Parts: sequence; C-alpha cells; structure tokens
Amino acid sequence: MLRFIAKRLLFAIPTLLGVLTLVFFLVRIVPGDPALVVLGDQASPEALANLRERLGLNKPLLVQYVDYLGAIAHGDLGRSLTTNRPVMTDMLAVLPNTIELTLASLLIGLVGGVPLGVLAAVRRGGIADWLARIVSLIGLSFPAFVSGVLLLVLFAIQFRWFPVISAPRSGDILERLRALALPAINLGVIMIAYVTRVTRSGMLNALSQDYVRTARAKGVPARLVVWRHALRNVLIPIVTIIGLNLGVLIGNSVLTEIVFSRPGLGKIIVNALNTRDYATLQAMMVVFAFAIVITNVLTDLVYGLVDPRVKTP
Amino acid sequence: MSPTTTTVTITNSPPTRISTWSRIRTSPAVLAGVAICFTLIVLAVLAPWIAPYDPNRQGLGIQLADPSGAHWLGLDSFGRDVLSRIIWGARISLWVGVVATLAAMLVGSTIGIIAGYFGGTIDRVITMLTDILLSFPQLVMGLLLVAVLGASLTNIILAIAVTAAPAFIRLARGSTLAMRERDFIDAGRALGFSDMRIMFVHVAPNILDEIIVMGSLWVATAIRTESTLAFIGLGVPPPTATWGGIIREGFEFLNDNYLLAVFPSLAILITMIALNLIGDGLRDATDPRAPQ
Repeated sequence: MLRFIAKRLLFAIPTLLGVLTLVFFLVRIVPGDPALVVLGDQASPEALANLRERLGLNKPLLVQYVDYLGAIAHGDLGRSLTTNRPVMTDMLAVLPNTIELTLASLLIGLVGGVPLGVLAAVRRGGIADWLARIVSLIGLSFPAFVSGVLLLVLFAIQFRWFPVISAPRSGDILERLRALALPAINLGVIMIAYVTRVTRSGMLNALSQDYVRTARAKGVPARLVVWRHALRNVLIPIVTIIGLNLGVLIGNSVLTEIVFSRPGLGKIIVNALNTRDYATLQAMMVVFAFAIVITNVLTDLVYGLVDPRVKTP
Repeated sequence: MSPTTTTVTITNSPPTRISTWSRIRTSPAVLAGVAICFTLIVLAVLAPWIAPYDPNRQGLGIQLADPSGAHWLGLDSFGRDVLSRIIWGARISLWVGVVATLAAMLVGSTIGIIAGYFGGTIDRVITMLTDILLSFPQLVMGLLLVAVLGASLTNIILAIAVTAAPAFIRLARGSTLAMRERDFIDAGRALGFSDMRIMFVHVAPNILDEIIVMGSLWVATAIRTESTLAFIGLGVPPPTATWGGIIREGFEFLNDNYLLAVFPSLAILITMIALNLIGDGLRDATDPRAPQ
C-alpha cells in the first residue's frame, strides 16, 4: 500500500511542476508593468523601482522562475501586493471557514444524495425516481451565485430565518451553525445533484448483476441486498464523482462565499481580482491546483479502502 | 501481369442512427428544452424589435421601481427597463455560450483526434498538458484568464473556450483510441489513405455523436461561466446588459428591491434547465446501454 501511495505521488510531480510553470507565465503575460498596476499612474519613479526590486521584476525571467520554484518548495507562497502580508498567513486565517463549508456541503450531498439515488434506482419510474430527476436537474442547473441570491432573498430577507451576512461573529456553536446553514445548503444541493445521479445509475447497473440475483435467490432480505450488497459496489463511482468534482466544488464555494459575505478563500480571490493583486492570485491558483491534484491521488487511495481488489495495482 | 482493381466502400453511419434520432424526436424532455431554447434564440435575435425600451436608456421612471403595466419587470437603479435589459442580455449569454463551446469543440476535438491517432510522444505531451489544464478549477481559471487578458467579449469567449477545451481533448482522444483499432481504419490505411484523410474523414464523423452530446452540455456550462464572470465584475463592461451583470446590480440593492436580482436569475435558470434537458436527452438517446 505504501509503495502504491509513493508511486501515485511520484506520478503527480510532473503535473504539479506543469501547474507551477503555467501559473508563473500566465501571470507574467499581464499587459503593462505590474508595479504600475499596483501603485497607479501617480507613483514616483523611485517607488516603482523599489516595488520592482521587491518583487524581483528587474531580474531575468528565468531567474525569477527559479526563485519562484525555490520559494514554493519551501512553502513560501509570496506576499500580497496590497497588504504585504505573506499570502500563506492570510490563507491559513480563513481556511477553516472554507473547509467547514466544504465538509458541511459534502455531508449534505451524501446524506441527501445516496438514499435518494438508491430509492430512485430501486423504484425506477416511481415517485422517488422523479424526485431524483428533478433534484438533480435543479442542482445541476443553478449557477451557485444564482441559487445563493435566491436563498438569500427567500430565507434571509423575506423570512429573516438566517443572517444576511454569514460571517460567524462569535464562537457560539449555534451562531456558527446558523451562519453556516444557508451557504452549506446552497453548495449541498449541488452536491446532492451529482451524488444522486451517480448513485442512481450505479445502483441500476449493480442491481442487474448476477451476484444480486444470487443473493436474492438465496433468500437474503431485499433491504440487505440493496443497502449492503449492491450499494457497496456503487461506492467507487460515488467517491470518484466527489473527487472529480472538487474543482466544481471549489469554484462554487468561491461564489457562495461572495454571495453570503463569508470570509474564506473565495473572498481572498475576489479581493485580489479587484485590487489587481497578482501575487495573491498566483498563490491561490497554485493552492487550488495542488488541492485538485492531491485529491486525485487521494481518490485513488480511497478506491483501495472501499474496494479491496484495487489495493495491488 | 494485369493490374487488378478493388472497390472498397467504407460507410461511416452506424446502423443505430435512425433509432437514436427517433428517440430524440419523441422525448418530451428534449422537445421541451428545444422549444424553450428556440424561444430564447428568437427573443435574442429580435431583441431590437421586441424589447419595449432601449436597454441603456436611463431615467425612464423612479429608480428601482416595482413591476408595473409600463415596465413589466420594473426599473433598475439607473431607471432602465429591466425586461428590455434581460431580453438584450440573452444575446450576450447565448452568443458567448455557443461561440465559446464551438471553439472549444473544434480545437479540442482536433487536438484529441491527433493525440489518439498518432499515440506515442505526441499523445504523451498532449495528455500531460491536458492534465495540467484540468488541474485548475474551471471557474477560477476563467477568472484568472479574464483578469489577465482584460474583460471584453472576445476575451471572455477565449477564456471560456480555453477552460472547456481540455474536456473535448480527452473525449476525442479516448474515442479515437477505440476507433483506431477498428477494421475500417485498417482498410483505409491499406488503401493508402493519408493520415489526415483517415483522421478527419473517417474517424471524426464516427466520434461526432459523442462530441455533440458533450457540446450540448457545455453550452450550459459556458453560459453559466459567462454570467458568473459578469456577477463577479469581470463580464462584458457596462452599460452592456448581461444577465450576470443585472444580478450583480440587483445584489447591491437586495434590501430595497430584490426583484431586480430575481428576474435575471430566473432567466438564467430557465436557460440552464432547457439546455440540460436537451443535453441529457441527447446523452440518453445516444447511450447504447439505455433501455430501448
């Protein structure tokens, strides 16, 4: 198992290097002088020269690239152009909020999506199947900011059940949950859509397999056949769909954080966009891409846990 | 020795096509989706004649006015007619959605077919580059590209096409790999057809079904991305009306008149549902495992 993990991580290295290279050059094709962009037209030549010096912009491109790779290897994501704080510090300060939101929405997705998908497959064409279709159509149709705005209008402005600004102000657990509820539901519905879809099609496939017929012929209760025998084999596609959709989840959590004014990685990105803070943007792109590449490796590892046949590649 | 002449006929159409087409035509979901999309396209094309007011004319009445007989969906914070702006916004959304997807389809599929057909080093390099592009969240990549290139209609289309292309590269590559092993490709090679001819005359039409199905699903994603960029403030610059842009304005005045954000949201929603109905219907119809 350890060798498998090491091998998968090793394979991820060229992709990670490619990610770093792409981000580096992408940010450097910004038209104009980044120092001028940050300081504005009114800046004195000395201030511009100072900033260029600080950012290393006066060095040759190749030297900048090597410096940048070296810094990343040491876990240094650089400093924000606007606040001059290390991006890592800013990021770690809000990361728990984003993780909290992501986990809550994953939980909603699994708790809502798996049973709905299973029922839809077992009673194909029935009420549960129609409900599953409608839920997944709606979940996949709503852009996250549209559903966010509509949830906000309905539950925070009309009914006043939840706060309009979902930034947890105190450590009180109830307060935190109330602030988390709407954003988590917003992201959760999208997760339910993905999970329901893949569970339904996976269960339909599993239920037509020979081993299910054998179990039924042996007299295993229907409930056990569905929930223990068949569902276990659908776990792999469910894990895959969650792993593969991490990118979608990240994009949607960025939007959700903006709509609900929740501190998190999304807010950092949008602030960086608005202030043209390319150093922070570059760092955030690296963080997101690394998260996705590493999740792909983890997804492979989880296969081994849910399906013993995958353990020895 | 006298030369011998051999005639070989290579057909491209798989025998299932008729049943696929009839399944598409009789699916109520697809028909509903097509009807909604057709209406939207008509509205977008005829916007100059259908829209009751000039979408950019300010001061038509009280700012943020509620819906009324004169302004069915009310007025925005500049006193502009919201209905007219939503009708004109359909032009931007549909144009970006279709053009960006077509560009991604064309470029992505061509690269994918080349990778799958030639294999070897070309394939490895293309696959690695695709993996790198797929490592970025699609939306965040789009945001960065538009931020770097500058927000304009062309750059938005370009950014969305770049984020969509890897999916088409992957699909076309996989399908071409499977197609390469088929007898009719060997036959083409034996007849001395050029690689170009085999790739684009014989392989491409046979994988077109799958590419079109994915394209239909990507139009929705492209429209979603465009409206999202506009919502974040990276859309086609004002005063051009875009759905995401109207929601962005409405979002600032949620407490005064939330309808300003709700109406364009519904427009996006209806479009997304219609496109997903078509995409899902096409996918079900072309899926050989689907019940007949």
